[in-house]
Amino acid sequence: MSLGFQELEAAERPPTIMTSRLEGELLEVSMGPQHPSTHGVFRMNVALDGEIVRKLKPVFGYLHRNHEKIGENTSYLGSMPYTDRLDYFCSMTNNWAYALSVEKLAGIEVPERAEYLRVILAELTRLQNHASLLGFLLSDMGAWGTPLMYAFREREKILDLFESLSGSRMMCDYMRFGGCRVDASPEWLARAKEVVNRFPKFLDEFENLIVENEILIARTQNVGKLSPGLAISAGITGPMLRACGVNYDIRKVDGYGYYPRFKFRIPLGEHGDTYDRLMMRALEMRESIAILNQAFEQIPAGPVMNPKVKIRAFKPPVGEAYGRIEAPKGELGFYLISDGSSNPYRYRVRPPSFINLTILEDLCLGHTVADVMVILGSVDIVMGEVDR
Amino acid sequence: MSDIDEGLRGELQRQGIWVTSMQELYNWGRKNSIWPLQFGLACCAIEMIATAASRYDIARFGGEVFRPSPRQADLMIVAGTVTKKMAPQIVRLYNQMPDPKYVISMGACAISGGPFKQGYNVLKGIDRYIPVDVYIPGCPPRPEALLHAFMELQRKIDEQKLSGSNKAEHLRPDQPSEFPVPAFGAHDLEPAANADLFRPPEIQR
Repeated sequence: MSLGFQELEAAERPPTIMTSRLEGELLEVSMGPQHPSTHGVFRMNVALDGEIVRKLKPVFGYLHRNHEKIGENTSYLGSMPYTDRLDYFCSMTNNWAYALSVEKLAGIEVPERAEYLRVILAELTRLQNHASLLGFLLSDMGAWGTPLMYAFREREKILDLFESLSGSRMMCDYMRFGGCRVDASPEWLARAKEVVNRFPKFLDEFENLIVENEILIARTQNVGKLSPGLAISAGITGPMLRACGVNYDIRKVDGYGYYPRFKFRIPLGEHGDTYDRLMMRALEMRESIAILNQAFEQIPAGPVMNPKVKIRAFKPPVGEAYGRIEAPKGELGFYLISDGSSNPYRYRVRPPSFINLTILEDLCLGHTVADVMVILGSVDIVMGEVDR
Repeated sequence: MSDIDEGLRGELQRQGIWVTSMQELYNWGRKNSIWPLQFGLACCAIEMIATAASRYDIARFGGEVFRPSPRQADLMIVAGTVTKKMAPQIVRLYNQMPDPKYVISMGACAISGGPFKQGYNVLKGIDRYIPVDVYIPGCPPRPEALLHAFMELQRKIDEQKLSGSNKAEHLRPDQPSEFPVPAFGAHDLEPAANADLFRPPEIQR
């Protein structure tokens, strides 16, 4: 039976129950999968006491695209375009992590120029990922428009570089095991240098906007604190771990690629709260610029592809390998088991955003429901990588 | 599109009289203030945001007001891979949108499943459950492609008739504005496609 407005008016209202506290009575709210700031199709079942979060249950799988299963049914080269679509902000670093694990599996050498190009592209990816993360985070907080527009203005410049090098803005599919697909021209390097030289100006402007902003400080400091102990035992990596003060960066620990050749510092946080996580990204961008400037000076001439590798009829020897890199979001690893055929026997992705998301409930408990979005934004998730 | 004689209209305009029809005015207003639903699924959503952001600026076409609520939206941009877990929610969101409503199917995944078509969990095209007005191929389509789709949609809106036998679909009482939400079955969504809506072409071999 449906009641019209007048019937409702006429109907007797139930007596209002006055309670001083709503203790024990939790209101369950389903946030997502369609929500303006869940960063994709992610759902959280939140149990609220008033406005305070008492329980939080993440619900995944709205973007499960069978990435690993497809990887097992595809040739080694055929999986490379699929890795682009894992973390669709950072296709270059995904390519690198996959290429690195196949190179470990088959023992492939990479030419020097290709290694430098990989470093350049990975750091450019880090710049655009962190810039857009800050923009999204601020727009989640209610700074609707300006920060995101500034961040995307810079991101477009980097995407132009990707496009002129690889032919695609987002899905670059640029790296191959044994090097890179095409060489960068001197003009490209000059343009990249120009973009990087202008980037600090944007960072200054952006940091002016956020660092001492009273609203931002009120919304982020002491919100979503993560202790170093929990972070380590939960396997958190990337800027989120370093925001708690744990000095762990795979670029330093593993020294993959040519990272040991560059001078750069690892910024560390102190409190592990949302503000530290946010600042970590801003500081990391400064270090990325330092790496890029060194790489532009050092990059040698030479081939970009190991001529011995037959990437099309590629059959690695029997064995297993785990290759990992410091992606902008944390440790991105690919675990491959080869049975000697042209497809991997097992293809497993260790996605940083998924594992960083496991502690979401610990971060959110005791905070208001409005803070949940800010905390989730500071974790930096991409659903393509979480659900795979 | 106008039913007014162009010569007469030009003559009147020279005299400083602007003549229009209700239909023209109505469609002009509608096509230049399309409010999309703020709703992204996967990679294409990032290109959708890029279209709304600084360089491409969909505000030039009147489409910058992304609404988080389906009740306030005119246009659903299905941007990304639709999984079988997500498909019922998309149909429900579509049903919640008020008429007249339009759908842009953005990217290979939303059209047919795209590169993930072989996946057991991926819906092979959102047009199995909701009517699509404009399809954009690409993986992901460039922001210019989305702008082009937007302009195509504007052209379509401009050509819609308010009266007569061929009037717009949302004005015909026999045309449904809501479609049944698929349910989770044992192995697949049930039904696997809306038979009234989804008529795949028969392949002649």
